[in-house]
Amino acid sequence: MMMNEVWKLLFKKPKTNKFPAKYAPKNVHHFLRRVQSGKAKLVPPVPTPPDFRGKIKYDIDSCVGCGLCAQVCPSKAIEIVRDKKWIIMHCKEGATLAAPLKIKIYVSRCVFCAQCVDICPRKCLQMSDEFLLANENKLDKSLIVPGP
Amino acid sequence: MNESYTIPIGPLHPAIHEPITLKLEVSGERIVGVDVFCSQVHRGIEWIGMNRNNAIQSIYLAERVCGICNICHPLCMVQAIEKAAEIEVPERAEYIRTIMAELERIHSHLLWAGVAAHEIGFDTVFHYTWALRENVMDLIEYLTGNRVTKAIMMIGGVRRDIKEEGAKKIKEGMKFYLENFKKIEEIYLHDPTIKMRTRDVGILTKEDALKLCAVGPTARASGVPKDVRQDFPYAAYGDYGVKAITPDVYNGEVHGDVFDRIIVRLLEVKQSVDIINWVLDNMPSGPLLAEKNLVKLKIRLKKAEGEGIGRVEAPRGEDIHYVRLKAGEEPFLSWKIRAPTYNNVLPWIPMLLGGQIADVPIVAASTDPCMSCLNRVTVVDTDKKKEFEITKEYMHELSVRKTRRLMRNGR
Repeated sequence: MMMNEVWKLLFKKPKTNKFPAKYAPKNVHHFLRRVQSGKAKLVPPVPTPPDFRGKIKYDIDSCVGCGLCAQVCPSKAIEIVRDKKWIIMHCKEGATLAAPLKIKIYVSRCVFCAQCVDICPRKCLQMSDEFLLANENKLDKSLIVPGP
Repeated sequence: MNESYTIPIGPLHPAIHEPITLKLEVSGERIVGVDVFCSQVHRGIEWIGMNRNNAIQSIYLAERVCGICNICHPLCMVQAIEKAAEIEVPERAEYIRTIMAELERIHSHLLWAGVAAHEIGFDTVFHYTWALRENVMDLIEYLTGNRVTKAIMMIGGVRRDIKEEGAKKIKEGMKFYLENFKKIEEIYLHDPTIKMRTRDVGILTKEDALKLCAVGPTARASGVPKDVRQDFPYAAYGDYGVKAITPDVYNGEVHGDVFDRIIVRLLEVKQSVDIINWVLDNMPSGPLLAEKNLVKLKIRLKKAEGEGIGRVEAPRGEDIHYVRLKAGEEPFLSWKIRAPTYNNVLPWIPMLLGGQIADVPIVAASTDPCMSCLNRVTVVDTDKKKEFEITKEYMHELSVRKTRRLMRNGR
């Protein structure tokens, strides 16, 4: 019985999707550069399911700074900060304290539960499809939302 | 020669995810004494729930108590909070919870079956079972958005609906498992290799199971018809009417050995498929959450006072969460988790006694204690004051060699 199954499996294609290449590259950065210049071919990843929870997207302009997201974040990845843009525009004495509140999300600490998306009264948070987030530096620019 | 050795296994060790120490006294190959030491690790999960987090944050913390049981822990905690704060859960949410819990059971049992096959050195079956398991993982990913941490539980309901497309996918998935169940059954229950390594190995008698409070499939395999879904139904199980599966359903006899645990788990996969199909056909319509506005829910939980207990039949057995809330305080006043493996560790003692070292991996694995970390065993020769180590690889090799030996002698 088992032998029959094994024989059948011998002629089947493997289930594994070989992302990013058939043979794992020694240096991913190097490989991606080669893909960009057209020297290598990228095996596409398995498509993400609908409503996938990837890297968070933040619309800073519609945010009112209520801070509810920071209250429900299980990993305390959300920090409440003053609006930098506003400070630059109204650069006066004491202006920092009058600046409206905004949030800063550290994606390296995010657990991708999307609880902040659910509680946001202005719907300015969203989960995107982006999932390639590995980085050596936890505080890398790509891992802080909104960017600098 | 009548000298005995003591082999400490753990704290970071064998066939077990959780750090636990096993001290085995061996005389030659026979195990003559077993001692188990628990509480080797403290992650402070309950402390965080009682000091740092509010109730909503704690759902996601409970989800991370265990990687595989990430539906039953939040479900259990959420039930406890609902009882404490007197929140009524809408019926549709209860049905979706049932589907999720059963999908988790299918994936957990298949994972366990694969690991059990790996422990006895039958890696073909291991890969075959895990390939079958991929289908249910894909289904979970489609329904909840992520493969492992599902983040679907919420106090007073669930966060995601199962739409028509999702229901169709579940039906297809369940059909796939019903078609393949015959194959799995044939491989696991009629293959001579698996039978000779697991029959009459690691026997737990009914009396011992009752005395040591074994739970879940471990207790059921010893002939104790004990199942929270049957005894204290929660979610939609009361409407379905679950019956605890004992091995005598399959072949009319109870041995209480590892083979019986395989039977129970495989039959439970089939039972889960039946439950999911029934739940899908009888799903009522209605709201998903008792309180849609999360801010209102937060305020309500802050005002709530009382205590509640949640009981859930996890794939490994009965899981209990106790939660006490105090008015005016956001974190829990107290939170206690009793995971099923806690009860299933003591039964190792009667199971391992009289066995062989080569049987330790499969017997320990048979209670499904989150496997891995089998990295080091130190063998202490008490007479000669000599120490040497058995690595995970060596122990696994011993197990594989025993299979080979039995196969040669059996033919």
